[in-house]
Amino acid sequence: MFALSSASIEKIPFWLDPKKRSIIAQVVVLIMFGLLAWYLVSTTLGNLGKQGIATGFGFLDRESAFEIGESLIPYSAADTYARALLVGVLNTLRVALVGIVLTIILGAFIGIARLSGNWLVSKLAGIYIEVMQDIPVLLQLFFWYAIFYGMLPSPRQALNPIKGLFLCNRGMIFAVPQLHPSHKYIFLAFILGCVLVYFLRHWAISHQARTGKALPVFKISVIILVGFPLLTWVAFGAPTHMDHPKLHGFNFKGGVTLSPEFMALLLGLVLYTAAFVAEVVRAGIQSVGKGQREAAMSIGLKPGQVLPLVILPQALRVITPPLTSQMLNLTKNSSLAVAIGYPDFVSVANTTINQTGQSIEGVALIMAVYLIFSLSTSAFMNWYNKRVALVER
Amino acid sequence: MKKFKFGAILSVMLVFVVTGLVMAGTLEGVKARGHLIAGVNGSVFGFSMPDDKGNWKGLDVDTAKAIAAAVFGNANKVKFTALTAVQRLPALQSKEIDVLCRNTTQTLTRETTNGLNFCQVNFYDGQGFLVPKKLGVKSATELGGATVCVLPGTTTELNVADFFRKNKMKWKPVVIEQTAELSKAFFAGRCDCLTSDASQLAAHRSVAPNPDDYVLLPEIISKEPLAPVVRHGDDQWYDIVDWTVMALIQAEEFGITSKNVDKMLKSQDPQIQRFLGVTPGMGKALGLDDKWVYNIIKQVGNYGEIFERNVGPNTPLKLERGQNDLWINGGLMYAAPFR
Amino acid sequence: MEEIVENFAAEEVKPPVASVGVMGWVKENLFKGWFNSFLTVVILYLLFKVIPSIFEWMFIDSVWSTTGEGCREAAGACWSVITDNLRFIIFGFYPYDQQWRPLIAMFLLFGLLFYSRNRKHWNRHLAYGWLFGLFAMGLLMRGGMFGLSTVESTKWGGLPLTLLLSVFGLTAAYPLGVILALGRQSKMPAIKILCVVYIELIRGVPLISLLFMGSIIFPLFLPEGITIDKIVRAQVAIILFTAAYIAEVVRGGLQGMSRGQYEAAESLGLSYYLTMRLVILPQALKIVIPPTVSILISAFKDTSLVAIIALFDLLRTTQTVLSHPKWMGFSPEAYLFIAILYFLGCFSMANYGRKLEKELSTEY
Repeated sequence: MFALSSASIEKIPFWLDPKKRSIIAQVVVLIMFGLLAWYLVSTTLGNLGKQGIATGFGFLDRESAFEIGESLIPYSAADTYARALLVGVLNTLRVALVGIVLTIILGAFIGIARLSGNWLVSKLAGIYIEVMQDIPVLLQLFFWYAIFYGMLPSPRQALNPIKGLFLCNRGMIFAVPQLHPSHKYIFLAFILGCVLVYFLRHWAISHQARTGKALPVFKISVIILVGFPLLTWVAFGAPTHMDHPKLHGFNFKGGVTLSPEFMALLLGLVLYTAAFVAEVVRAGIQSVGKGQREAAMSIGLKPGQVLPLVILPQALRVITPPLTSQMLNLTKNSSLAVAIGYPDFVSVANTTINQTGQSIEGVALIMAVYLIFSLSTSAFMNWYNKRVALVER
Repeated sequence: MKKFKFGAILSVMLVFVVTGLVMAGTLEGVKARGHLIAGVNGSVFGFSMPDDKGNWKGLDVDTAKAIAAAVFGNANKVKFTALTAVQRLPALQSKEIDVLCRNTTQTLTRETTNGLNFCQVNFYDGQGFLVPKKLGVKSATELGGATVCVLPGTTTELNVADFFRKNKMKWKPVVIEQTAELSKAFFAGRCDCLTSDASQLAAHRSVAPNPDDYVLLPEIISKEPLAPVVRHGDDQWYDIVDWTVMALIQAEEFGITSKNVDKMLKSQDPQIQRFLGVTPGMGKALGLDDKWVYNIIKQVGNYGEIFERNVGPNTPLKLERGQNDLWINGGLMYAAPFR
Repeated sequence: MEEIVENFAAEEVKPPVASVGVMGWVKENLFKGWFNSFLTVVILYLLFKVIPSIFEWMFIDSVWSTTGEGCREAAGACWSVITDNLRFIIFGFYPYDQQWRPLIAMFLLFGLLFYSRNRKHWNRHLAYGWLFGLFAMGLLMRGGMFGLSTVESTKWGGLPLTLLLSVFGLTAAYPLGVILALGRQSKMPAIKILCVVYIELIRGVPLISLLFMGSIIFPLFLPEGITIDKIVRAQVAIILFTAAYIAEVVRGGLQGMSRGQYEAAESLGLSYYLTMRLVILPQALKIVIPPTVSILISAFKDTSLVAIIALFDLLRTTQTVLSHPKWMGFSPEAYLFIAILYFLGCFSMANYGRKLEKELSTEY
């Protein structure tokens, strides 16, 4: 601007030259930022040193000496803090992954219900979305937890709605198939099926491109994925022995137990997040114009093909980014487990801070772990978005 | 308009931001501020809990009030901050509070790596188990396979892990950060037993819907000397808190209560004259008013009175003096001589 | 063909009863096709089963003003847990005989908010009004002047604390978020990187970790002798957290602006500040009203997390009441009550956001 109008002037004072000015501004900001950081670090170290508070991550190798209520890996009080924290991370991942799957199912269901032509269904879905979105998730967690331990009976009077399933204030206990050598092979068969389906799809696409004939890929895939493990199971003589839970001493023995803390956390997170996902799904489906459906019909696609081939791919492109952020929200909100006693990562880290007195290290660990979750998810989603992005010509 | 709004926000923010410059010593800082800040638990009945009008009540609360009486001559110049287990040590380390009266157990690690000093013990406790009567358990060694409700991050949590390890029993902890939420879960039957310091178990039982349905098991699995805590490196402040608790104990030994303290001022016993500041010297040595003990006893009472008022047999807690009786009665409460 | 049409016109056939009026609406919206009919019947049956019993529990069998013992005998809801403890739930530790002060402060706040709803009132006087109002509220809460006794912030609690955290959280986070968004769009690499790192860092961690940081670590950062109030530290954590989310939303709006807008402003000779203030931001911020409102609603709800760090907000005071022996076990009633309070707050914010969006979009 200035350079244009004042070409005759030889030298521009540096404070009017936008380039130099921006460099100066940046340098000033950086210096201020650096000074602030240095100041904080030095005062903190000074404070810690003066009061003789220990620093560093040396405590990770020490014996934790506390127990954790539920764990996916073997753990006892004799293990190290590092292992205790790993138990916490796995517990967080467990509730987050199960929660995400359930949330997507429930959210999609409610989102579609919201668009239903049935006035009653649509209104109910609308009320659900509005109410759930407007109540703090922490309050919902407390509510469900109070319901779980306050309303359900004790183990001795456990509700037994169907054989092998018990509901009591110790959680939900259900029977699982007893461990059998065949399980390993059934799992292998399933993996093999997945690989086969992958290749089948590729082949089907190229086959269609060559001959114009479409194969019923979906049906064949289902047959392979269900059939392979089923055949393996039958080949091993179809073992049906179940590990039934039985009341023994104070608690149930056998079967699998889901604790009230886990269920309250899961239920609270799923019901809350599903309301947001429902809105995302609704917006996604509405974003695909009516013309798309009509166009799809007019080129002769069957109604069963319109949704998976035309509507869904376009809606997904709109849905994916906000859906990802909802999934991340769910993961981050799972940190509220600390309030209702589910041993997630924050809860274990909290105990660690308390036992070691090293709060800075503890909170830094919490932040680092969640950052890793978020950044790796974002990286994956960015890659995915690039893959499915509309290539505009 | 935006600027105005911004200015408004800033100016009101300034009203809320309380930045107090504390002097080198805690005592000067407290005096300059005009009140003591004490960290308490906030949800243990009998030790520190607000009543339905929002007034703090309890043994720990009264200890803090005694310190305020010693420093200011006014037991009400104290502000309480409710702290969770995880917040209590950092709060003290960072000088957010002056003293921590939050049923905290004296341990080696806490005095060394955490940079804290524990003063005279104001309650001797031990960890026990509370179980519902209908469970039919007579001893803690029968608890194999039990689900145990426990507060996280406390010595309790470590002791109970040690206990079950030693006895080779399996157990399942349910750890909830908030004391109130934990006891609610226990009474609703979420756990088979609740473990904590015996006094706290009595407190928990006293707030049960039906206190008689629960029993304390005979085993006490740990020593829990609970004491007020101050920071490392301020000896004067340590002395004040330390000797305030001793004064409470000594007053009981002398038989001085809040009711007869005025009469005791005329006592001919030279020990009592020294103690109550009739003969000056003791208070000055601590950097306090010579009437400091008089103020404590007059406004808060002696240790026995505090005990009776908050946790004694006439309260819902119904605790016996036991270890917390004076040494002359066979207890552990023993004050060093005031001389 | 023509004949048929003529016939129809001549007879003047009325539409069948089943496609107009109430019947028509019912048929179209509830019983269209066997699947919809089936759904409607199932839902109606469920509602018929559930609603009367809930109604009975809430209103008919419930007790409203008894002691805890009376509640244990009641078959329905025990609303006494609310009515008996209302003052503690709402005001927390605020001195009992001084509780009229936060009450007036809250009315003042609601009054101002209500008055500000109308965009016609948005002018300089309103800004002064807010300035005065906020000052008066602070004075009422804190006291220490005009014969009001001082009430330390450690005694603030309940609904006033929740509102305080929300109002300041939202008003301070918004401008900070806009500045961060502008920083992220900046051409200066150093500033851009700082803003990006800040935004991504904050958005990557849960609020609870920031609250932990504020409540247990931050005091260690400060030089010896300086302490900052616990409430302020939580407040700052909420502001920093919300600002990062607002920044992302505003960035969306900025990216939605076409290059032409920038070029037009530049060709008019506007400086960066004026370009943003007069051209870009008014448009960009308007586009992002819906997502901004939902961020603000989340921030309002998230203030409840301070209960975890032992600040006595609305949720925590309620829990304190529930831990009293008399009232143990009446959690559903108490939680329902504060759920309704939160719902009212969020719902009116959402409604206002929708209204604002509509008003602004019709202007052009």
